[in-house]
Formats: sequence, structure tokens, C-alpha cells
Amino acid sequence: MQIHSREYPKRAREGGDVRASVTGATLSFDARRRAAFAGVAAEEWRVWAEGVKTHLLTHLDRYLEEAEARLEANGARVHWAGSQEDVHRILSAIIERRGARRAVKGKSMLSEELEVNELLEKRGVDVLETDLGEYILQLLEQPPSHIVGPAIHLSLDEIRRLYHETHGTELDATPDELAGVSRLILREAFLAADVGITGGNFLVAETGTVALIENEGNIRLTTSAPPVHVALVGIEKLLPRWSDLAVFLQLTARAATGQPVGNYVSMIHGPRTADDPDGPEEVHVVLVDNGRTDVLADPEAWEALRCVRCGACLNACPVYRQTGGHAYGAVYSGPIGSVLNPGLAGLHAAMPLPFASSLCGACEEACPVRIPIPELLLSWRRRAVEAGMDSRAKAGLLRAWTAVATRPGLYRAAGAMLHTLPEPVRRVPLPVVGGWREVRADPEPSPTSFRELWREGIE
Amino acid sequence: MSEQPTTASGPMPPARAPVRASLFVTCLGDHFYADAAASAVRLLRKLGVEVDFPEAQTCCGQPAFNAGRDAEARRMAAHTLEVFRESEYVVLPSGSCACMLRRFYAHLFHDDDLSGQAADLAGRTFELGEFLVRVLGVTKLGRGLEGRRIAYHHGCHALRELGIREEPLELLASAGAEVVPWEAAEECCGFGGLFSVSFPQVSAGMADRKLDTLAAAGEVDFLTSADCGCLLQLSSRMRKRRQDLAVRHLADVLWEAAGADS
Ligand code: SF4
Repeated sequence: MQIHSREYPKRAREGGDVRASVTGATLSFDARRRAAFAGVAAEEWRVWAEGVKTHLLTHLDRYLEEAEARLEANGARVHWAGSQEDVHRILSAIIERRGARRAVKGKSMLSEELEVNELLEKRGVDVLETDLGEYILQLLEQPPSHIVGPAIHLSLDEIRRLYHETHGTELDATPDELAGVSRLILREAFLAADVGITGGNFLVAETGTVALIENEGNIRLTTSAPPVHVALVGIEKLLPRWSDLAVFLQLTARAATGQPVGNYVSMIHGPRTADDPDGPEEVHVVLVDNGRTDVLADPEAWEALRCVRCGACLNACPVYRQTGGHAYGAVYSGPIGSVLNPGLAGLHAAMPLPFASSLCGACEEACPVRIPIPELLLSWRRRAVEAGMDSRAKAGLLRAWTAVATRPGLYRAAGAMLHTLPEPVRRVPLPVVGGWREVRADPEPSPTSFRELWREGIE
Repeated sequence: MSEQPTTASGPMPPARAPVRASLFVTCLGDHFYADAAASAVRLLRKLGVEVDFPEAQTCCGQPAFNAGRDAEARRMAAHTLEVFRESEYVVLPSGSCACMLRRFYAHLFHDDDLSGQAADLAGRTFELGEFLVRVLGVTKLGRGLEGRRIAYHHGCHALRELGIREEPLELLASAGAEVVPWEAAEECCGFGGLFSVSFPQVSAGMADRKLDTLAAAGEVDFLTSADCGCLLQLSSRMRKRRQDLAVRHLADVLWEAAGADS
């Protein structure tokens, strides 16, 4: 996984042009989520879901073996991939053996993490993204900016212009017309594809079932039309039991889009059989680690692995709303990205993402599996400080402040200066860092401090 | 005319043994909201609380804690534990700092000799409006806000960590104010301590969303909140944008509610 977070501050500074699109889209997702959970015992659902995922993660070895055995019994082939290179090797072998030239893909963040499209292109395979948002981004050669709505940073007009240039549609085409044009292209691709590649929202250990949630039907076709289906599944995506799936499907759809359940839910058990002649000839399930066991072993980071990638934390996040996802410079953006990327790609690569939060807690409140994101952010901040990765100026400032704030006499003297020094001199220590004044007026101190009022006597 | 404050069981009786509370004014309160803090003292006294102000108090340590600098935060926190060791209650005109004492000190001292003292302080610490409602049982301060239209900004820590949502709104409404609902009332203002200076454009954008939706909510007399940091952020951004709206600390407004000007 490549990550370019270093430029976050610069992108955040300049990122204002997507603000309107991203704010509008996330607010509407967020409102739909709230409405969808208003009708159910949301807190009970969340506590239960947290418990199931925590149990799964603390017994992962057992469930992985169970899932493998069930999948193989169903006729699917199971591959274990420790790293991105492993995944590339596994995919290359399948492509070669099948002589595959054309691939269709369902929306999958894991495939972005693993740079699957880059691999396919390198191997001369034509790959087409079949999720409408991903398809648009493929035309634009952009990465997704949101876990669930990959193209929410684009306005309708930008998409109209793109389709006008690439497909010759009118500049005032309706969204339906644009979707219609895409549908024609996608349909041909589904029929011609040698292989379909998807992610997996869940993998049920008990039954060996890969479950996929979507709204457009493209994943249904990706998993059923081509002769080969490859599902890339992160090892944290397992669920112990079939009955868990029933609730997780609803929980995730409500959290992601506010729907009681996705328009399409595909449940893949394995390839076609004599009794069940529909579906692909081969089904491959690639179980992907790629840093996840390291995160699991980390007592202050592992909870991020409960994530079901619903995007609710992004939608609730006022910081994400300002910049959209590209500013984060990583596949996973927003609050969950800021706690997951340091674990998966290393803290150094993910700096300064753990600091790019006001710690308002809206993410934790929205998360359907109760990941304590602010707490995890703070843990990464502490480690960054310990490793000397954070800014020196900030360190000096806080050290000086601590020296003052642990000496009451000094604190009082320094405080008094704030109220007695002439305006221009006072300004120097006041907005301690230029960042304050860049976008705001100087704060106005009270004429005297409270402690002086107290000494004079409060009537 | 000044009214007798009431609780759920009628006019507030004179306390048998007076409640004693220490004001922890906080660093921002001390220097930027001194008058509001004085109002808090007057209000508490009016409610029969014996107020003291331990003068050795400084900063709760949150700026360092949020920056991941626990060593520094622990030193300021240890100082604060010592300062308020004898206090019956500690009352703060700041939800965020109250949260620091109540929730985050436990983390700072979890494997430390001071953990017991931290838990003890946490149990005695309250944000001002919360203290009035949850500890003193006040349901009505007076009618001093008759006819006022007020917008309330919920500080994130007070709201999401301490669960303070209705308390300030009820106190304002019971004094005759109309609390004007507002789209982004519960969203973060963008302050976040050093976050506000590390990522100024993002922080300002967050404030702007608050201020834009506030402007769309119709005429209000002023904006109020229990958090000095949020008030500083919103008022400073407002002045930069030349948006003209009074911003007042909740303590000041509650003092008016109790009939300050009568
Ligand atoms: S962290 Fe929680 S809210 Fe965010 S995407 Fe994951 S499951 Fe959804």
C-alpha cells in the first residue's frame, strides 16, 4: 500500500474546492444513518456487534481454519496471502492458467490497498471497474475518496463534462442518462470477462460464505457472469456464524447508506456444481493479511480491525468534510483511515494523520461496532511523540507551558502580563502559533484576569 | 424582581449544611472569560454554595494530553490533583476541562500511585450547568431571559464524553429564553486545542459551517456555550469574517437568567 500522507497539511490548506460536494454528500449519508437507526434498538445492536467482532478477533485462528475447511468443502479454492506480493503472485497464477485477457471488478477497498489494477495492467489484462463511482474514477485516473461513495468529491457537472468528453453525451444529461450509457459499456464487459474480482464484506466461518452488499447489481454480475470469480477478503472480515450475518448485513447497510439492507446481497458459497449449475466454474477466496496480524497484536490498535468499512465515521466527521478523502493520501481516509493506516503502513508513513482530528468524538458515536477512534488516535499521537516524529516547535511550546503551569507564582506573573502589556507586545505570545492568526482575529483577553477580580472581591 | 430558584420539589430550600465548591476557572476562563467566571461565582453564591478559589490552580493539562504528550500532561494533572485535594466539589466553566479531570485523568494515572486520587477528584468534578442541574437539583433559575432568542453551541467533550445535552438547554428555557434549534448545533467548532493552529484552514472551515448554519437559523440575540475554547474559536473566526453576533459564556447568561439585573 502506497501512502502519501506527508502532504496532508498542504492538501488540507488547498483542499477547499471539494468541500461543498463532500459536505453535501456526507451530511445526507449521515442523516440517513441516523434515521435508519432511530427505528431499532441501536445501542443494543452496536454492543452486540462489537462483541461478535471482538470474539472473532480474539479467536481468529480457529475461525480462519473453519472458514478454509468449509470453503474447500464447498468447492472453492482458498489462498493465504501474507502480503501484497503474495496476492499479486496468486492472481498472476490464476490469470496465466486461465489465459485471462479481460477482468471486471466490483468495488473493493482491499483491492485498492493491494494495487490490484496496477498488477492487472502490468500483466496485460484489461480491467474495468463496474461500480458506477469507481468506473467514473477509472476514467479520471483517480483513487476513491470515500469507502462507500468513492466519487462523492465530484459534482454532477464534473461528471457530465467527463461523459461529454469520453462518451459524447449532452452537457445537461440527467444522472439516469449517464447511468444508461455506463450500463451499455458494463454489460458488454461482463459478458466478455474471463475473470471477476471482488472484495468481501463478510466471510462466514460456519458455512464458508462470502457475503457482498451493493446497490447497483454489478457485484452480482461480477461474481456470476465470468467463468472465474476471485474474492479478496481481509482476515478481519470473518464472522463466526451464519446467524451473525443476518444482523451484520442490516447493521452495515444502515450504517453505510441508511438502508435496512442493501439492494443486492450476494452470498457466495462456491463454484457451480452438478446440482447447482449457475455461477462461475472456479471460485477463489484469497485470505489477506497484509499487516493485519501486526495490528491485531497491538494492544492499543487492534480494535480498528472490528471495522466493517461502512463509512459512517467519514460521514460524521467534520474534519473529513473539509477536505474529502484524497487529502489523506491513503486508500483509507477519514477517522478510520487515520487509525488504520499507521497500523498497516507504519506510523512514519501515516504522519501526520493521527493529529488531523479535533477529537470531537463524532466518529466513535457513529461507528456501528463502537471503535474508540479518538482513543486510538491519541495512542498513535503518543507513539509519534515518543519516536520524535511530531513537530519540535510544538514540543518546545508544551514543555514551556508545563514549566509555567506547574509553578503557580510564575503562572500568575505570566498571566498578568497578558493583561498589562501594551497591545502590540501582548500579541507576540498570544496567538502562540501563527496558525491562529492566519484565519482568525486575535483573541481578546479580559481587561483583568479572574484571579485579580477574585482578589479584589466579587460582589 | 429576583426570584427564588426552584428545584423539582418546589422553591429551593436553604441547604442544611452549605454545599462547598471550588471554582476551577481554567486557563482560558481566567484570562479570556474573567467576567463570566465572576458571574459563575455570584450565581453559585446565590444558590447557597460556598465558593472558594484555590489560587495555586493553573491549567488542567489538556493541551499536552491531546498532543500525545502524557509526561507533560501528567505533571499538570498532578498539580491540579494537589490543588483540589480538599475540595468538596470542583466546578468548571468549561465542559472540556471538566472532561479532562473526569475522564482523561484516569487514563494518565491508570498505573500510577495517583490513580485513586484521580478517581476521587473525578467523582467530585462538574461543569457549571451540569452542577446546577445534577448536583444542586435546580430546575429553574429565574425569568431573567424572558423573550431572548439564544443559540447554544454544544462543546464536544461535554456532549459526547460527559453526556451533557439537555441540562443547559433546560436552564435557559426555564428562564424564559427561546433556545433556537440550529443545524450544526452539535457539530465540532474546529477548535481542538493545538489542532486549531496545526491545520488552520480545516479548523476555520469547521467554524464556518457552524457559523453559516447559525446565520441560516434566523435572528438570535447571542450565541452561548459552556466552553471557553469553543467560544474563543467561534468569536475570533466571526470577527475575521465580519459576522456580527454577540458571543457570551453560559455562566454569564445563567447569571442573567437568575435575575442578575433586577
Ligand atoms: S470505523 Fe466504524 S464507522 Fe468507520 S468505517 Fe469502520 S465500522 Fe464504519
